[in-house]
Amino acid sequence: MPVKHLSVHEIKLPECEGDVVQINDLHFAYPDGHVALRGINLNICEGEKVALVGPNGAGKSTLMLHLNGILNGGPGELSVAGMPLSEKNLPVIRALVGLVFQNPDDQLFSPTVFDDVAFGPLHMGLPEEEVYQRVESALAAVAMDGFGDRLSHHLSVGQKKRIAIATVLAMKPQILILDEPSAGLDPRARRALINLLGELPITMLVSTHDLRMVQELFPRMVIMDEGEIVADGRTENLMADEALLEAHGLERP
Amino acid sequence: MHAHAFDQYHYHDSRIHNLDPRVKVVVVLAFLLSNALLPDGSWLAFALAWLVLLISNDLSNLGLGFTFKRSVVALPFALVAVSAIFSPIGEPLAEWDLGFITLIPTDFGLIRFLSILARSWLSVQMAILLVATTQFPDMIHAFEHLRVPRMLTTVVAFLYRYMFVLTDEVFRLLRAREARSAGLPGIKRGGSIWWRAKVTGSMAGQLFLRSYERSERIYNAMVSRGYAGHIRTLNPHVIHRRDWLVLVGSVLMLLFVQLVGRL
Repeated sequence: MPVKHLSVHEIKLPECEGDVVQINDLHFAYPDGHVALRGINLNICEGEKVALVGPNGAGKSTLMLHLNGILNGGPGELSVAGMPLSEKNLPVIRALVGLVFQNPDDQLFSPTVFDDVAFGPLHMGLPEEEVYQRVESALAAVAMDGFGDRLSHHLSVGQKKRIAIATVLAMKPQILILDEPSAGLDPRARRALINLLGELPITMLVSTHDLRMVQELFPRMVIMDEGEIVADGRTENLMADEALLEAHGLERP
Repeated sequence: MHAHAFDQYHYHDSRIHNLDPRVKVVVVLAFLLSNALLPDGSWLAFALAWLVLLISNDLSNLGLGFTFKRSVVALPFALVAVSAIFSPIGEPLAEWDLGFITLIPTDFGLIRFLSILARSWLSVQMAILLVATTQFPDMIHAFEHLRVPRMLTTVVAFLYRYMFVLTDEVFRLLRAREARSAGLPGIKRGGSIWWRAKVTGSMAGQLFLRSYERSERIYNAMVSRGYAGHIRTLNPHVIHRRDWLVLVGSVLMLLFVQLVGRL
């Protein structure tokens, strides 16, 4: 079992009820018996930018898929914006939680960039003018204005990543969840992405192995290992604790 | 995430598992041929063939009902034969007036339909048993020994290898769509049927494009490792005395089934 260091860092967290995401003792096992989450407790407040780090297989992606209701059914409580995850709330929760997958190719399934960004708003049943307006502002937010008619298929990885973020921004989510956004990007694309994430005025939970990005962007850091949250605190404090980082396969940048 | 949408090899140590794959393939083909040749209504012969199937199931250590449980997948295909019931030959059993057409089921037609059902049901089960007890590469290898054109076996081998990669890709695409399938209170969500069909259509298109590009990459990787048209394998199959005995025994048994069916 992983070493726990909770008590040391817990005190320094900002006081907050967790008005965007509240998770209480969440467990989950995959149908093949693999236990992925063992009692997760996590609160995220409006405006917070939280990094989720930990080795591969720690349960980061599983946790993120829960926030959108793609995975569910284990014991524990999860609520988004005060709404408990349930069959009835699911459509609204999906509108509130913008999930960006690691591989943008999974996310971009329409022929043109416009169709992809418009998918969410159209599915929500919004009127036509609003769909146009949302697509335009979402593309502007990721600095990809004018790419609407392009084929997503032919874009670079960095551009695809930005479009993937735009596809969920168009749904006006309350929280943006990104799975390893900087993986596989060249330095320039990575820099552009970091700047973009820093500028977006939205609550964020980002899973990543890029600790330099964490240091630069995220005031709060959550470390997961073997299905548990082993540390949750201010990034500068956790980063200073070299023994903690090493115990969970992380390297101080 | 991995797709387990397909039934695969079930590992076990049994007499059937250990048979030479060539013998297994030949016996299964003979079994299918025998079923196809049995005359309509030869119930005793069908029952005998079923017994052969049950014995094979038992010898494979997978359980008597193993193939039965999995044979349901073939049922919809067998239903294509429903029209055989309304054969123009034979004594009419009833007359159904549907307004625009009158359907007359006959005794001959009914027997034919049930025979087709029995044939396909038995054949599908034996094929399922073959797949469950033979590693896929061994099966491909056996086909090559039996002079199936290499081009065909290579295509099938690649199909099998990448089918799972592809289904994983499909599941990831579906999941990404699901993640953005949101709704707002008070507004009808989901868009029109026409729009949803369009989205599904472009997803299929994307899948094709990606598979096509993946095949290019795979081919390049193969060529760069010296691929020159056919895949070589190192897996010498040796036919033992036992395999010959099984082969001869099975063929004799199937001949007996044919004899019973024609008496």
